[in-house]
Amino acid sequence: MPSKTIALKKEIMDILQNVKDPEMKPISIVELGMVEDIEITENTIHVKLLPTFTGCPALDLIKENIKNEVKDALSSLDNKFNVDVKYCYHPPWTTKRISEEGRKKLKKFGIATPSPDHNPGDPWEIECPYCNSTNITMENIFGPAACRSILYCRQCRNPFEAMKPIA
Amino acid sequence: MKKNESLRELLYQLADDNFIHAFRGSEWLGLVPHIEEDVAYSSISQDTMGHAYMFYQLLEDLGEGNLDQIAHGRKPEQFRNAIILEEKNGPGSYLEKPDYDWAFTVVRNLLYSHFKTIQLESLKQSSYEPLSIVSRKIQSEQYYHLMHWETWFTQLMLSTEVARTKMEDAIKRIWKDLGGLISLGNYGDEISANQYIDSEQKLETRFLESIEKVFKKVEFTIDENPGMLRGNGRNGEHTEDLKQAIETLSEVYLSDLEAASW
Repeated sequence: MPSKTIALKKEIMDILQNVKDPEMKPISIVELGMVEDIEITENTIHVKLLPTFTGCPALDLIKENIKNEVKDALSSLDNKFNVDVKYCYHPPWTTKRISEEGRKKLKKFGIATPSPDHNPGDPWEIECPYCNSTNITMENIFGPAACRSILYCRQCRNPFEAMKPIA
Repeated sequence: MKKNESLRELLYQLADDNFIHAFRGSEWLGLVPHIEEDVAYSSISQDTMGHAYMFYQLLEDLGEGNLDQIAHGRKPEQFRNAIILEEKNGPGSYLEKPDYDWAFTVVRNLLYSHFKTIQLESLKQSSYEPLSIVSRKIQSEQYYHLMHWETWFTQLMLSTEVARTKMEDAIKRIWKDLGGLISLGNYGDEISANQYIDSEQKLETRFLESIEKVFKKVEFTIDENPGMLRGNGRNGEHTEDLKQAIETLSEVYLSDLEAASW
């Protein structure tokens, strides 16, 4: 691969850091583990994305935001690239794909993430994002968005949300 | 026979099942027993609509046309969903005097989620790779749906006498049409010969074994096999209820087409 392409790929990845999850503003789609691949052909930048939950209404919004963000950022250099964003299902997105940095940002936002070691069928080990207590109860597996559940901390008496473990 | 025709048939069955089931679920919005359930059931219906989308996408990839057109532009007799999934939630409509049946809804969801779990397990081994990939993705979400409906089912089956009677009546009623969900229709032999999914006999055996365990926990048994009282939706046979579902679901899409053609 020509070094120019490698440099451009890195640049695109940096630009994608500015595309945030519309429903969880602090975290970028890169930190969320949604970006699977970037391919650069003669005149097109192909971004391959993995949807978190397939019925998520934010998916189309994210697609548009990527196109706009990349186009805007590149127009200052030379605007010869088209941007193509595609969702694919292989490999499937899992909560393991959320980066360490992403986990920290979600925690600060009040959303707990399942342990990266979580396997399907395992009991959930969730800590309250505010006080780190494990003395918590599940209020509703289904939360305000497809990817999240609603929990309650008995220690600090705060309701909070957690990303549903998907493996 | 057109190339891949049995594959297309199977994909229409899967897509239409999810599409119609998600719609019936969405009609409950604001009407379920309590607010937490409203959040949960609408989230489940949203996921399920996402699953329909993925199956319609596979049909689009096979050259069946634009996926919105596939979902909204067909006539009832072109739908391949099981008849039991199109049945209305109860008398009335969600806009006017909804007198919906929660026992029926819980039982239908439980039986559908159970069968879907068996179905996805088999589809993960499908000889058509795009279908196995999509099924793997759906399975990770479906897991939570099954858990949810099992909780409702078990609690209602073990609560009051009134609840028990309503639930048992619902099981017996749904059972009479449940065979239409398990059926692979006229193309069944080709579908399983091509290893797109296991044969309906295998699926039925696995389903009955798995549901028996759930029934056992609540001390319920049913002797007869699932039937097809009102016909086989896989072959395009449907009831008036499907017409209402499609008309409601497609109203906005079709009105937009008219607007676009001015």
